[in-house]
Amino acid sequence: MTILEIQEEIIEEFDMFDDWIQKYDYLIELSKSVPLIDEADRVEGNLIKGCQSKVWLHAKKEGEHVRFMADSDAIITKGIVALLVRVLDGQKCQDIIDNELHFIDAIGLREHLSMTRSNGLVSMIKQMKIYALVFQAK
Amino acid sequence: MAVDIDHIRAQFPALHQEVNGHPLIYFDNAATSQKPKMVVDAIAHYYNKENSNIHRGVHYLSQKATDKYELAREAVRRFINAASTEEIIFTRGTTEAINLVSTCLSNWLFKAGDEIIISAIEHHSNIVPWQMACEQSGATLKVIPVLDSGELDMDAYRALLSDKTKLVTVNHISNALGTVNPVEEITFLAQEKGALVLIDGAQATPHMTVDVQSLNCDFYCFSAHKMYGPTGVGILHGKKEILDKMPPYHGGGEMIKEVKFEGTTYNDLPFKFEAGTPNIVGGVAIEAAIRFIEEIGIENIAQQEAELLAYATEKLQEVGGIRFIGEAKEKAGVVSFIIDGVHPYDAGTILDKLGIAIRTGHHCAQPVMDRYSIPGTMRASFAVYNTKEEIDTFIEGVKKVKQLFS
Repeated sequence: MTILEIQEEIIEEFDMFDDWIQKYDYLIELSKSVPLIDEADRVEGNLIKGCQSKVWLHAKKEGEHVRFMADSDAIITKGIVALLVRVLDGQKCQDIIDNELHFIDAIGLREHLSMTRSNGLVSMIKQMKIYALVFQAK
Repeated sequence: MAVDIDHIRAQFPALHQEVNGHPLIYFDNAATSQKPKMVVDAIAHYYNKENSNIHRGVHYLSQKATDKYELAREAVRRFINAASTEEIIFTRGTTEAINLVSTCLSNWLFKAGDEIIISAIEHHSNIVPWQMACEQSGATLKVIPVLDSGELDMDAYRALLSDKTKLVTVNHISNALGTVNPVEEITFLAQEKGALVLIDGAQATPHMTVDVQSLNCDFYCFSAHKMYGPTGVGILHGKKEILDKMPPYHGGGEMIKEVKFEGTTYNDLPFKFEAGTPNIVGGVAIEAAIRFIEEIGIENIAQQEAELLAYATEKLQEVGGIRFIGEAKEKAGVVSFIIDGVHPYDAGTILDKLGIAIRTGHHCAQPVMDRYSIPGTMRASFAVYNTKEEIDTFIEGVKKVKQLFS
């Protein structure tokens, strides 16, 4: 699936929810379901420090594609991290660089990317794009 | 209760709004308080009717604005019982007040081998300026440890004091834990060794009577915005004999007596430390904020908040699975805690959805969080306009958080 298609799929999933509590319940479920990062990669070098929560992000290149592994110490952040990984993991470098991530807005979680949250997510998205840029240049 | 809560709440338009479909409960007062209408009106009135630059110009408006600004200085003096208005310096906030002192003392007093003592429960704004002062002067930073209770280890403090100690600085009330520090004793012990003392009073002035003459500290700093006043204005109180000796901070207009290319002479106190056009409207508004506090009475405010704090603590205990961070005997304004197994960010997010504003995270006091080995806390902090009913709703929110994340 393309980045666009996965985003549309997520938007559809979230459309089923009637209120915010169902949405957050789903994020909590997502955070539990995915083994996001190897313990060995949960290291300082992969840590993005937010004021509120921490995010770990590791990436490796597989041919033209980028594999992402990530984690967070906060559950809601981790749920959103799981969504970001679902959208960008296994995609081509150029696609990661080119595509806008509009789904976060569309599913009503934009507030988690605001400056005041400082939960590491904004830096995580930036870092994912940087990985793609670096891997492409190699 | 000693205060008429409905009358007080009616003066705060910001409290009467819905957030995420719920009536707003504002428990983030340690970050900044809401503003009563009289403060907002004072700002509007000043700009609508009285705006002018001060301490210059013979015209009517300039005189009027100057009078108002100096009236504010007198109100501040009265509020903290300073000896004279010469000792009241307007700054941008507590942070700038601390930086003013740390910079001036590094230029003037501190030298290699000297020691500066801070505490383990300081806000970053009372850590970093002293680290910078140490870097510049070659002085060494010493830290008073904190006990599990959130109280400072006074025995360790006594042991740290020596003839090398040039300055001791602590907060009056910890923003992260709510601990009320024994600042009188801390000051007395430091001054016995000939050291200067600076008290960060940002969290104290909204909640308790502060008398700088009885504290006898050399510097006392606080911010207007935490005590119902505007952002962007703070106070440095300093003893006149020290401010007289201390070199100026910023150079510019207002702080000079005579400027020649051969050399400049500096203005008298307090203007020596107030270069440039100040935050005039901020001064006008802080006067209104002090009037607001004085009309209710700071003792009544303290009593109301103490009741809220005790009630919140008791109700949280009843919820169970709560770890309080900071259980000092003397506490004010703040209850800091974590719910077992729940990240503060997750908790804060859910409470926000319920219209409840608390602070989560490290509260600009990372060393405190490291000390307790936690990523951050949930902090509810109270002001005079908060109610027990709001605490009840907040407790329901905490229960909801527990249910979601366990």
